[in-house]
Amino acid sequence: MIRVRGRLVVIQVLVMSLMALLAVRLWQVQVVRYAEFTQAATETRTRDVVVPAVRGQILDAAGRPLVRNRTRLVVSVDRTSLNRMAGNGRTVLQRLAAVLNRSPERLRERIRACGPGVTRPCWPGSPYQPIPIDDEVTTREALQILERQEEFPGVTAEVQAVRQYPHGSAAAQALGYLQPITQEELEKREGFKASFSGVDLVGRDGLEAIYDAELRGVPGIRRVQVDRLGKVIGVERQVAPIPGDTLITSIDAKVQAVTEKALAEAMKSAPRADGAAGVVLDVRTGRVLALASAPTYDPKVWTGGISEAEYQRLLSEKSGKPLVSRAIKGQFAPGSTFKISSVSAMLRDGYPLHGQYDCPGSFMVGSRAFSNFHGIGMGTMNLHTALVKSCDTIFYRAAYEQWLRDGGLRPKGSTKQPMAAMARAFGFGRPTGVDLPGESAGRIPDRDWKKQIWEATKEVNCRRAKTGYPEVARTDQSRAAFLKQLAYENCLEGYLLRPGDAANFSIGQGDVLVTPLQLAAAYAALVGDGRLRSPRLGWALVRPDGTMVKEIKVPVVGRLPISVRERDYIRAALSDVPSDGTAAGAFTGFPMNRVRIGGKTGTAEVYGKADTSWFASFAPAGNPRFVVVVMVSQGGMGAETAAPAARKIYEGIYGISPKGGQVPAALPAGRPASEPPVIERDGTVAR
Amino acid sequence: MTARVINPPRRSLARRAMAASSVVGRMDGVLLVAVAALSVIGTLLVWSSTRTWAPGSTGLVKKHVLNLAIGAVLTGLATMVNHRRLRAYAPLVYAVTFVGLILVITPLGSTVNGAHSWIMLGGGFAFQPSELAKLGLALMLAMLMAQPAKGGERPRGLDVGVSLAVAALTMGMVMLQPDLGTTMVLGVITAAAMIIAGVRKRWVLGLALLVVAGAVGVWFLDVLEPYQIARFTAFLNPASDPRGVGYNSTQSLIAIGSGGLFGKGLFRGGQTTGRFVPEQHTDFVFTVAGEEFGFLGSVTVVALLAVILLRGMRIARRCDDRFGAMTAGVIVCWLAFQSFVNVGMTIGIMPITGLPLPFVSYGGTATFANMIAIGLLQAIHIRQRPF
Repeated sequence: MIRVRGRLVVIQVLVMSLMALLAVRLWQVQVVRYAEFTQAATETRTRDVVVPAVRGQILDAAGRPLVRNRTRLVVSVDRTSLNRMAGNGRTVLQRLAAVLNRSPERLRERIRACGPGVTRPCWPGSPYQPIPIDDEVTTREALQILERQEEFPGVTAEVQAVRQYPHGSAAAQALGYLQPITQEELEKREGFKASFSGVDLVGRDGLEAIYDAELRGVPGIRRVQVDRLGKVIGVERQVAPIPGDTLITSIDAKVQAVTEKALAEAMKSAPRADGAAGVVLDVRTGRVLALASAPTYDPKVWTGGISEAEYQRLLSEKSGKPLVSRAIKGQFAPGSTFKISSVSAMLRDGYPLHGQYDCPGSFMVGSRAFSNFHGIGMGTMNLHTALVKSCDTIFYRAAYEQWLRDGGLRPKGSTKQPMAAMARAFGFGRPTGVDLPGESAGRIPDRDWKKQIWEATKEVNCRRAKTGYPEVARTDQSRAAFLKQLAYENCLEGYLLRPGDAANFSIGQGDVLVTPLQLAAAYAALVGDGRLRSPRLGWALVRPDGTMVKEIKVPVVGRLPISVRERDYIRAALSDVPSDGTAAGAFTGFPMNRVRIGGKTGTAEVYGKADTSWFASFAPAGNPRFVVVVMVSQGGMGAETAAPAARKIYEGIYGISPKGGQVPAALPAGRPASEPPVIERDGTVAR
Repeated sequence: MTARVINPPRRSLARRAMAASSVVGRMDGVLLVAVAALSVIGTLLVWSSTRTWAPGSTGLVKKHVLNLAIGAVLTGLATMVNHRRLRAYAPLVYAVTFVGLILVITPLGSTVNGAHSWIMLGGGFAFQPSELAKLGLALMLAMLMAQPAKGGERPRGLDVGVSLAVAALTMGMVMLQPDLGTTMVLGVITAAAMIIAGVRKRWVLGLALLVVAGAVGVWFLDVLEPYQIARFTAFLNPASDPRGVGYNSTQSLIAIGSGGLFGKGLFRGGQTTGRFVPEQHTDFVFTVAGEEFGFLGSVTVVALLAVILLRGMRIARRCDDRFGAMTAGVIVCWLAFQSFVNVGMTIGIMPITGLPLPFVSYGGTATFANMIAIGLLQAIHIRQRPF
């Protein structure tokens, strides 16, 4: 028995060691690694549900909503919980499809992740967000889902706010659109890294994108407790969302409508027109009253997930790429509308303001003759007439003379390039800085630009100079020869600013490119106080209860380097264009005694295409309030397409019927709003 | 006036129980209190883990209390058994439990959670013969080893051979179910019996080698289903497959770890309420203690188990007959192994095997077997002669 007891003691020691081991391990798990497991427990037990803040409205200058919210019932599916189920939640989707009266395949398409080789419909957002699969469900359908949650794990039905566009396609490109937040954006955003939200949308373009942070507000968080199956069994804590600010814009819905209508009619009137843009600026403030681009589209298509066909249509050439705002992204040669810059450059360079200038039918720039429009000589004239009648040869001569003074083809030392410098002073060649994304810079083809372009292209040009264009030669022998000669010249001396380049530049032809908004800002500076402003659409941000958050200022970004006298002279000259000059035809019957319009037509040649039609204008001519710029791509003559469209815009603003009579005006008294509308506590607009 | 009590020649069971009340005072009080305390804790844990099954329900707590009550009666009855006489009946007990194992493989048996180890009794009651088989085997081996056939203290080859045959028979039946955990417990019972009896070292070593060889053979001969191997090894690296075989391991670690020092309080464990740990009222009941009572609570459970084992060992050491000492020692080894494996698997140091935590887990048959075992320990305790 002694031996038995001895062995029992050994076993006892062993058993107690095991128990001690358990205690030590428990200490390690529960005390040492407590924080780690607490976090893991929180992660498995709770889900953070982002309660999206109601996105702020976008109002026009009179407080009319351009974008507002409407509520609807949205059914969302949490793909993470579906993937955790057997067969990736096939049965749940089938049940859901039955309730929603859709095919399960459609639902599956809707929730798959977008990516290479996946066509829409697909989910472009974060895989951790519930994916809205039906945003127009009836209360009855929603209740069917909510009351039988155990049959629909991972499926929710919630009331959500969605964007509504009361004016349809009005200012569609300027307003922009919303799309679900992508995983990368979600990760970049502070805080809600593992957030779940079916409506976490971000502004993808236009004002929605620029003022995204302000409009979005601060989402609330609801930390819910879930069980093993993901069923919500309680709410741990809740932080209410702070609704987004309302953005008041200087856009006037009525002026915008008039502008868009004018553009649409201009597009119809010019058979080859493939796009148009219209800009209306408040000259005194630099605020944008209307910014239109044609063709346009109804931003409603974005709401609730866009279909592949619709998306491709919006991107296609055939539909005219309606997503692109031609007012800020379209780059076109400005034609004669650019002469305000050239004439200013001449004055700055010492050409007398009241001098007499010869306007022959053509002018020899180096070895090449550059002609007036139609080649007509108009004798001797002052600069006023030169602008009104749009004489080109005066500008050719000045440009050529300046080019020669700079040292011609091979300048020694620094060059003045007065025309290019003045163009820059007018704001060309760089984005205006408007509060819209994706603005184009335009182009000023000076000597430096030529050098850069030559550096970038010389390799191809020099190769082509040797090999020629055999693929073109097969169909067009002479064109191939021309191209080869061109490549040879470009290879050899493409970095040189040739006299022809300088001459073309002076009348807004050749390589110079501007956007309609740049041109409008330049005209506003010229006919206003001489200050160049970075135009703004946003006017003020206010809380939903009306408290002003901030007024958006219009920054002054430059000052025209010409005197008031010179500016007045040019403005006076332009004031005669619609009555006596190139735009007289378009303004026949317009009551100039009531509102005198000033402006400049532009007809820019585009290789292989119809001319770009321009009209840059202002009114009233004596004391300008508005600048209106209309551009019709492939619209033909400026006087024939753009100028009539601008006339229609003025008619709308001032309430003038086509025959010159009085009709209701978009802006009574011809004055844009001077103060943003006041929002009352209850969200209504007091004027 | 007092009624005269006439002692009949054979006393009824009730009267013997009455008489036994006199022995309650001689029972090991510490052991009794420890078992009672664990039973109370276990009841709370079963309550906490099953009350969420339906809103407003008390879950399985009533049935658990009923099981405990029956268990207490069984403890009392077992205490009254004179273990010296029980030795003679050990083969009978073994035979009865073995018949239970045979019944399981007849059409009477049912499968629950992949193990064909149940006999449904109707009315929501079920019976698990393999739990009682532990007891039967323990008694049988104690009998075989305590009194070697040829006399002397040390069991000879014949004794060992017969013992191994008996053990192999039981283990084989349990393996058929299949119930890996119980088979392991049976193996430990066998090993404990042999070691305590003091068989020759070469036997022990030989058997150890056999076990290793068997394990290797099982591994390479694909006797076990892949899921069994996966489940068995998942504890080593639960993160390798947190949704599959590692799920239990991961979730029970999270539940226990998040309990911290003081726990979240009874019914306040989020992991328990959310039912993230499967089988939380039976095999994983310890996770509820870990989460809701914290380190202090779970260590108390381990300490109470240790007290029971210590008292059992004390009883074994103090016992002056080999059968009693061996029975007590084997019972302690059985309970110790089962406790260690059960708690160990919830904290990631032992593989996941379907073993309940003695005195704590829900489960009728297991409770009965454990309570009878405690009764036997008490029986041995009150019948030990002073040195």
